[in-house]
This record gives sequence, structure tokens and C-alpha cells, in this order.
Amino acid sequence: MSDRPISGEEKTRAVQTAEDLQSAALAAAESVPVSLHPPTLFEVQEMELNFGPQHPSTHGVLRLVVRVDGEKILETKPDVGYLHRGTEKLFETETYPMGIPHTDRLDYVAAATNNHAFCLTVEKLLAVEIPRRAQLIRVILDELQRLSSHLVWLGTSGIDLGAVTPFWYAFREREQILDFFEEYCGARLTLNCMRIGGLPFDLTAGWVERLIEFVDDLPSRIDDYEQLLTDNRIWKKRTVGVGVISGEECIEWGVTGPVLRGSGIEWDLRRAQPYECYDELDFAIPTRVNGDTYDRYIVRVQEMRQSVRIIRQCIDRLEPGEIRGKVPRVIKPPAEETYASIESPKGELGFYCVSNGTNRPYRMHIRPPSFINLQALPRLAKGHLISDLVALIGTIDIVLGEVDR
Amino acid sequence: MADETPPPPDAGPPPEPPATAPAATGAAAPKPPPPKKVEATDASAHPWVASIRSAVPDAVVSAKEFAKQVTVVVRRERVAEVARHLKDTEDFRYCVDVTAVDWRDRQPRFDVVYHFYSFSKNGRIRMKCGVADGEEVPSISEVFLAANWSERETWDMFGIPFAGHPDLRRILTWDGFNGHPLRKDFPVEGVDTGAAIYPEEWPEGGGPAADDPNRKVVS
Repeated sequence: MSDRPISGEEKTRAVQTAEDLQSAALAAAESVPVSLHPPTLFEVQEMELNFGPQHPSTHGVLRLVVRVDGEKILETKPDVGYLHRGTEKLFETETYPMGIPHTDRLDYVAAATNNHAFCLTVEKLLAVEIPRRAQLIRVILDELQRLSSHLVWLGTSGIDLGAVTPFWYAFREREQILDFFEEYCGARLTLNCMRIGGLPFDLTAGWVERLIEFVDDLPSRIDDYEQLLTDNRIWKKRTVGVGVISGEECIEWGVTGPVLRGSGIEWDLRRAQPYECYDELDFAIPTRVNGDTYDRYIVRVQEMRQSVRIIRQCIDRLEPGEIRGKVPRVIKPPAEETYASIESPKGELGFYCVSNGTNRPYRMHIRPPSFINLQALPRLAKGHLISDLVALIGTIDIVLGEVDR
Repeated sequence: MADETPPPPDAGPPPEPPATAPAATGAAAPKPPPPKKVEATDASAHPWVASIRSAVPDAVVSAKEFAKQVTVVVRRERVAEVARHLKDTEDFRYCVDVTAVDWRDRQPRFDVVYHFYSFSKNGRIRMKCGVADGEEVPSISEVFLAANWSERETWDMFGIPFAGHPDLRRILTWDGFNGHPLRKDFPVEGVDTGAAIYPEEWPEGGGPAADDPNRKVVS
């Protein structure tokens, strides 16, 4: 082969760039029947790649059927449902209070917010007043949960992109938060920490003091994470300009939460439609304008700082008092329907409840933020590389328990 | 791109103490507060309902308000037109959710339920339509991209077909699954799920029907 004379065509090829060759190959591929055309180096070779469901960076059992040309993604087809447990069906078979533990298993890194949204919906049907102390403790639990969820996100999406160090720091603080939950309600992950009309328990002695110590310490810890990532050149190379989506498109796709705020839309249910006592608390809604993976990272880190602010304000306002509202022993809401939603760490988490006047919900539907946000993944991934797909799954922060329900 | 979106007034860099924002959103609340009692009121005179009525004349069947939430019941054939009107004229740009309710013994059997949110009004509207078993509902996924998966889920869980949907496949269960799990006559224990894996044992179309006395139940 080596002493074969070089043809004129090959001579001209030698000076061409890779792109020229690719487009030439494309043109040639169109004119020649496939069977007569053996594959060459620069020919477009589309391939279907199964990404998941057992891939560690899909954060659970997400399967993506990716059509690629080399490493470039042409099309992504998410395939969900591997973790479908029929939660909505189970709600219908059990009484209202029995539904709360099921919500723990939706977004299992943020159980408190799930409990909260469920209780809020039933409370709206019953039109019960929540005592002030219960409202404040609920907000504290919510924000602790937001911190822990964002810490899990920070650690795991860092690992996805090869940054292993932040994981150890983030999980160190998360463990402390889980300790607070454990002391409060006995559970660390599936908390079941709210009841319709209020809370199951009051705070234990010394809990608040330890929490003050923790939140005083946390901002410096967040500085540590930022030192590791914010100006890290590799982190920026992997995230800046990856998965850009505009605010308009986010609304069109129904995307909420940090993804929406990373695209410049200042919308947060805690501010737009305040529940509990968020309307009297002073906090900012972090937004960024570029709508790329890096901006969503910044938004989440800033949100953690705001959560610390909110927890501090709630602690200042805590006073002794009732923790359960006036709720009947058997909960039978009027035969009506209602929708209530809260700002969960992932976005808008809503419950739509239809009651028929009995002690069981006739229909309880979950509006999961992860499921709806995941819908935009094919749009985000188009034209990027396979390795960016990992960054994008991380950046929309899905939890498959919530996607599949 | 991102900063020309109208509703949120400020899209600047993150940390700013929001001094005036709670008051502003409070003022944007949709309507005069109804008395705090647990009863639904008629909402036919509500401006959003009136707007739908004038734009799509024969669409609205009834309207009510409960817990400050407006529900408008529309005719099945007019769903896509009403959704288009709500999006374009009334600025309900965010489709929150599409789902359904099975009223087993009622005619028509199902309610398909839509939730829309408007950023400028800071309000939600719920749209419902009655659908009999097997009837098609016009898909709104052309109007709202966000409705795509929600409609697929509704098809999967209730077996309500959406006419004009670009990709109406099952989403949470698999192709070949027998039945629609959130129908009231589907057993809570489930039906045998071996259908797709052992076709010689469980023929095409899934496991045995829900009322088959010989069906194996996954416990």
C-alpha cells in the first residue's frame, strides 16, 4: 500500500481541512447508494446510543436514546417510567393523612417540600388556618431541605463533570442537615415531617441553638464550594455556554425553578404567590441572564445563601405557640377541587386534589417539576457533545422518583 | 433574548434586597377577595370567562370559583381554540399541567383538566372538558410545547386520546401495557407485567384483562 502512487485526487485532499472533507463526504454520500459506499473516516455515520438506564450520571433510572453523529448529538429521546410506582393511584386508596408518607418517595432528596405541598393542598380544601409557629417551622424545614437538595445537586453534578472534591464538602454539610431532620422527626431522608394543619412535633430542646450555629457557619462553607468551582477553569469550560435556553423558551416548555431563573426570569412562587409566611420575609431571588449551565450553577449557589437568610429570619421570629391548626379528627374535605403549589428545590411542585366529600381523595394529581423540566432536555442537548449531555442532566436537577412517580 | 421578556421587571445580577416586591405581587392578585368560606361561587361574570365567551362563542359550558381559583368548563371540541385564546389574548403563557379525572359512572366519563398560569396577571385558570370513553380531545401541544408529555401521561394513565398530538405514545408504562392504570376500574394491585418479556406466555396486548379470574396479580 505504501508504494502505491498517490493519485491526483488524494493530493488535493491532503491540503483540505476536516470540514471540507466532511461536507464533500456528505455530498458524495447523498449521491451514492448506501450499499456501494464503504464507510470512510469523515463520512457522517449516524448511530443510536442507549444512555442509561443504568448509567451513573443519569442520577437514577433515566434512559436516553441518543442519535449521534460521532460525538455530536442530533436527537435525544428520553424514556422515563422505570421507577413508576403508581403514587397517584395509591393516594386514592388511602385517607388524606396516609398520603403524606407517599410524597416522601417522590423527590426523595427533598421530602419536606413534598410533604408541604401535599398538606398545603388539603389545607386549602379545608380552609384551615396554620398557627404561626407551625408556619415558621415549616419554612425552616423547607429551606433546610432546599439547602440539602442543592448540596446533593452540587456534589453530584460536580462529580459528573470530573470535579470530585466538592462532593466531599457538600455531603459533609448535607449530613449535618440530615442530623437536624433526624433530631426533629426521627428520619433522615423520607421525613414525613408535616401534617395536615400543622406539624407532628415541636422542636426539641437545643435544636434551634444548634441550627443557629450551623447557619452561622454555612456561608463560609458555601464560599469554600465557590472557591473550588466558580472560577475554576475546567468547570467553566464544561459549563459556560452549554445548554443555553432563553427565558421565553423556558416558559414555552413549562420549565420552572433555578433553570427558569438562570435564564433571566425572576419568578419564584415564594414571592409570586406566597404561602405560609414568605410574604413577610426579606430575601432576594437570584437570577442570571445567560441561561447556560454555569448560570444555573450560580443561581443555585446564590439560592443557598438566600436560604440561610430566610432561616435566620424565621429563627428570630420563633415564639412559643401551637403547632397544629384546628383540624377535625377525620379529614373530610368538601366535594371540591383545588390546586396548590410551592417552590420546591427543583421548581414548581403542585398537587391537584379532587375531593368527593369522603375521607379519601377521589383524585390526587402531582405536578412534578422534574418531569416537566426533563421535557426540555432534547432541546438543550441538540448540537452538543455526548459529554455535555452529562452536564445537562445534572443542570436540570432531576430526581427520577419524581419524574416517574 | 432572555432580557426582553416583559413580565419580571428586573433581571439583573443576583443579590439585591427586594424591598418592594411583596407589595407589588400582592397588588397584582387577580380579583377582589371572596369571603373565606368553603363554598364554590358562580364565576360566569369573571373577566377571563367573559373573554373566552366573546372570543369562542359556543365554548363555555359553566364557570365557578372556589378558594380563589377560577374553573371554566368548556366544550370538548373547543379546547384547543380556548387554549390558543388564553395564551395569545389573555397572556396565560405557561401551561402548568394537563391531567384527567375518571368519574366512572358519570356521562361523559372523564374530565380533562388543564391549568394555565399568567405571569402578568399572577393568576391561574383551570380549564376542564368532559370526555366520554374513547372520544378524542384536540391536543394543545401545538399551542403549548409543555403540554406534550402531560398529554402523553394522560393518554397513558386514562386512555384518553389527543387528536393532533405529534407523538402520542405511552410514557410511564411501556408499549404493550394492558390497560390504563388511573382508571377507577383498574385494580390497585396491578395486572401481570410479564407481557413484553414473555410474549409466548402473555400474548400481544399485555396481560389478561383486569376482570379475568385467572389473572396473576403482582403482590
